[in-house]
Amino acid sequence: MRAPLSWLREFAALPAKISPQEIADAFIRVGFEVEEIIQQGADLIGPLLIGKVLTIQEVTDQKKPIRYVGLDCGEKSTRYVICGATNFVVDDLVVVAIPGAVLSGNFAISARETYGKTSDGMICSTRELGLGQEHSGIMVVTGSSLKPGDDAISGLEINDVIFDLAINPDRGYALSIRGLAREIAGAFDCQYRDPVDALRRLSYPENGSGVKATIGDPTCASVFYLRTVTGFNPQAPSPLWMRRRIEKMGMRSISLVVDVTNYVMLELGQPLHAFDAKKVSGGLTIRRAGSSVEFTTLDGQVRKLDPDDMVVADSVEVLALAGVMGGQKSEISETTTDIAVEAARFDPIAIARNSRRHKLSTEASRRLERSVDPSLAEFASARFVQLLCENSSAQHLSTDHDGEPRFAPVVTIDPSYISRTLGIDVPASQVAQILRTIGCDVDETTFTIDPPSWRSDLLSAADFTEEVARMIGYEEISSLLPPRPLTASLTHGQKRIRTISAALAAQGFTEVLNYPFTSDELIKSLGYRAERGATYRLANPFSEESPVLRTHLLPGLLQVAQRNIGRGAKDFAIFEIGSIFRNSQKLIPAISPALGKKPSAKEITAIFASVPPQPIHCAGLLVGKIGTDSWQGNVRSFTWSDALAYVESILRLANLKWEIKRSDFAPWHPGRCAEFLVNGAPVAHAGELHPRVVAQFALPARACAFVVNLDALPDSAIVRAQEILTMPVAVQDLALIVDASVTAAELEQALRIGAGELLESITLFDRYDKLGDGKISLAFTLTFRAPDRTLTGAEVAQAREGAVASASAKCGAVARTA
Amino acid sequence: MRAEEITLWVEDARKAFASASDLDSLKSARLGHAGDKSPISGASRTLGSLSAEEKITFGKIIGQAKAQIATALENRTLELENIRDTKVLLEEVVDITLPATRSHIGGLHPISIIKNEISDFFIEQGYSVVDGPELESGWLNFDALNIPADHPARTMQDTLFIEPLDSGMVLRTHTSPVQIRTMLTQEPPIYVICPGRTFRADELDATHSPVFHQVEGLVVDRAISMAHLKGTLDSFAHHMFGPDVTTRLRPSFFPFTEPSAEVDVFFNGRWIEWGGCGMVNPKVLETCGIDTSQYSGFAFGMGLERTLMVRHGITDMHDIVEGDLRFTRQFGVGL
Repeated sequence: MRAPLSWLREFAALPAKISPQEIADAFIRVGFEVEEIIQQGADLIGPLLIGKVLTIQEVTDQKKPIRYVGLDCGEKSTRYVICGATNFVVDDLVVVAIPGAVLSGNFAISARETYGKTSDGMICSTRELGLGQEHSGIMVVTGSSLKPGDDAISGLEINDVIFDLAINPDRGYALSIRGLAREIAGAFDCQYRDPVDALRRLSYPENGSGVKATIGDPTCASVFYLRTVTGFNPQAPSPLWMRRRIEKMGMRSISLVVDVTNYVMLELGQPLHAFDAKKVSGGLTIRRAGSSVEFTTLDGQVRKLDPDDMVVADSVEVLALAGVMGGQKSEISETTTDIAVEAARFDPIAIARNSRRHKLSTEASRRLERSVDPSLAEFASARFVQLLCENSSAQHLSTDHDGEPRFAPVVTIDPSYISRTLGIDVPASQVAQILRTIGCDVDETTFTIDPPSWRSDLLSAADFTEEVARMIGYEEISSLLPPRPLTASLTHGQKRIRTISAALAAQGFTEVLNYPFTSDELIKSLGYRAERGATYRLANPFSEESPVLRTHLLPGLLQVAQRNIGRGAKDFAIFEIGSIFRNSQKLIPAISPALGKKPSAKEITAIFASVPPQPIHCAGLLVGKIGTDSWQGNVRSFTWSDALAYVESILRLANLKWEIKRSDFAPWHPGRCAEFLVNGAPVAHAGELHPRVVAQFALPARACAFVVNLDALPDSAIVRAQEILTMPVAVQDLALIVDASVTAAELEQALRIGAGELLESITLFDRYDKLGDGKISLAFTLTFRAPDRTLTGAEVAQAREGAVASASAKCGAVARTA
Repeated sequence: MRAEEITLWVEDARKAFASASDLDSLKSARLGHAGDKSPISGASRTLGSLSAEEKITFGKIIGQAKAQIATALENRTLELENIRDTKVLLEEVVDITLPATRSHIGGLHPISIIKNEISDFFIEQGYSVVDGPELESGWLNFDALNIPADHPARTMQDTLFIEPLDSGMVLRTHTSPVQIRTMLTQEPPIYVICPGRTFRADELDATHSPVFHQVEGLVVDRAISMAHLKGTLDSFAHHMFGPDVTTRLRPSFFPFTEPSAEVDVFFNGRWIEWGGCGMVNPKVLETCGIDTSQYSGFAFGMGLERTLMVRHGITDMHDIVEGDLRFTRQFGVGL
């Protein structure tokens, strides 16, 4: 919303000497963000004169039409200039830049030879004057008392400061000069004149029968004014001052009727709509569309109405999408002589729905959906009649209205609430004074407050607190720390995530944070099936490429790996910790308990339960080599076993015990994937990726990956400490030949059982698979220790024999001789 | 056995030690002159066969000789160790600029780092860190926060909705539903921060991302005022941007706070819009069953991406979301 300083001064008695920056700071202080300060005319240097076109000589021998124009600029002799525009005739008034002038954009004007003539200046367009974007022709000055030779800079009120402000949605009243002038007057504590005061005294006698106003559906509007004027000359121009103000507001001047509706809206905040009264059959009714009829709006769009749309209709058909846009049929045209102007206090929610359903946001709907002062329907429509009749031959014919304005209720507050909430002492008298400044009536004995008609948002003590705070200035509030608790800490789960992240980073992993979106195709191509591939779908995805929520972290990591490889990375390890979204429960219709009181425990439980679980996973991807080649030699590539090692490191951080099972889970290599179980439940998968997946993302061969479901990891139990034995250790190495199908874990378990109680540890230290005949050799170091004595050679030999015998019986192992 | 002979052995030993040029040759000289097979050790072993008188005489002589040899050995050892330390080790010099790093260089995403940093700051102030689901009930994300059904924020342009629409499920547009969950399940005093991932139906460009992170704070206690909000934001801003920054509150509008404010930080010579804040709207407290005659509260929220971009001079959001390892590794793990 723009606000020209010259217009603000009409209602707010601002000090004469005040800088634009001081005004901007004051706006910010009371809650209006200043997006831009436009100093119009600041870069214009005269002379710029009003000139009257005396002669036009068409120069036809050039590529484009050129005019050689004789001008009366109030000088002794006629001034001749060359002009490329053709939108003017003899006797028109135009703006002439005299040599020596500098126009917007540092464009210096001098006399020059062109097209074989001397051009002694230039006729200016709106854009060249810095007044707007219009550049299709030169600016023709109409509707003013300016005469040749007048200074155009002052005559066109070019020099002005325009504030472009962001208006918060609760301050609909500030989408008007009336509202903003009140705010800035309040901020400077200077006098304010409400333009509505003069309109209250305005009355128009009935001179005949005009269009009748009816509110057909009371949920649509509370008050509806229709004023009919007649005898309008459709050729009447807009007065220059009005055009200039409309242009300063960033809008375009269209025609007198349209300009007056826009001017009144900008001045007071009440949107108006003008109908060609002769195109209206019977009266006008505000109602719901009721059926899905088609209707053409002013912009030429054929719109299919929703039965719930709010419309303005005559006895035959819909003539306007209420509060949003009028219809083509009853539009003001070049032959309109009778006009019915509508001003209504529409229901803001109905307007918002109208606007949203038709994806049409207009200056009118923006104001009406933020709630407009209900008293304005009467006064703004009167202002329309006043301005139209003053500037044309139009005469008031008749005024009709339906409904009465409904105002915000009177509120009683405890003024000490304001001091308590702000943490500063604001005496009740000051509260009352501030609330009066913003337009409230305050009874200081009971502290009963009647908010002004334009503030339907002031309903509770908290609302008044904000008004007091912003008028005092938020900078007056002191800075204190609250009486907070003495201790706090991260939860166990939060600490785990932190430690796991830090440990992975320390081991060379780089963290990635991906968008949690994916596509059905990607889920399918990685082989995720059934519940592992079922997910939730976005109703309005921001990208057609990723319309569903991710069910795994790996697809995102694979895409990031591919992107990094594309940018030149070769060997790396990446990880992500984040939530996944598997369609583990059907979404039920929304549970929406009433507001203002706490829902029942049952309702709260039901709401929480309606939100599906979103487990936190940790996934890692290993690409290329395990490290960097160095001057001491080259390093190997990551293998499936590294992926398992990283899972083990995570489980060890959580101090958990696990088992490993072979798995054929997608998207891993079906022969090289391990499933980790804790307390019998699967918690992680790790191994080499399926070669198809490796190829799909153009990764180096044998890339590996792991995934840990962090939410599935139980809390670690309290450790029962083992006694540390101090007697000497006996170490035995043992190599066993077994079928290649025997797993290391099976063989280790067999050895463990046979070795007996004295066994302290068992570690595989070699695997040899070149024996042929489908045999392999696995070599272990076994350590033995007794709690109370040094073991004898015989005891150790017996334990060793026991281990070998067990391995032989359970796994067909044969001890390897040297 | 003669006393002169013993004196000679001591002399021999001294000479042998002195002529040893390094610790290794001293070790073999020690074996010949002080070891088990040395003459002095042999003499020592024959003492038992001597008469009592001779035992006393030679025992003393041999003992003195052994001590002298030991002293000579020790002195020479020290000398040779000194030579090794000052000369030989220096000749074993290597080029210590040869690259030592073998493993990949890892690092945390700067969003994680800043989240941890903020969490630690508030934990030290007595706040707990609470998490909540990203796919969230619309009632918790909107209604309970006094954002009515027809609020513009609830349109398809701003919010990512989940099918079926009648489930009201959304990708949370802020971490505020975590505040509601906290107030519905805990009694005041409440001091929490809610960091986490949030969603808006925005296009990814240099300054916006449809997926971003926020940290919100919520305090509900007796006699909480806007001064407490200001003090908390001041200390938070100082922690994030340095002790010299100043903050500014500007009146603003949020349905869930009243009064509401924007908080700006004056950083690097200009005012930066940092986040939103205000006193928790009593309507929100009432919906959460908090007695507004006893308790009041404040809340604030900031974007982590924005904080990061301002503080670290990051100019393009793409760098934060694309997962380029070169970007992330610049930040280490934030310790």
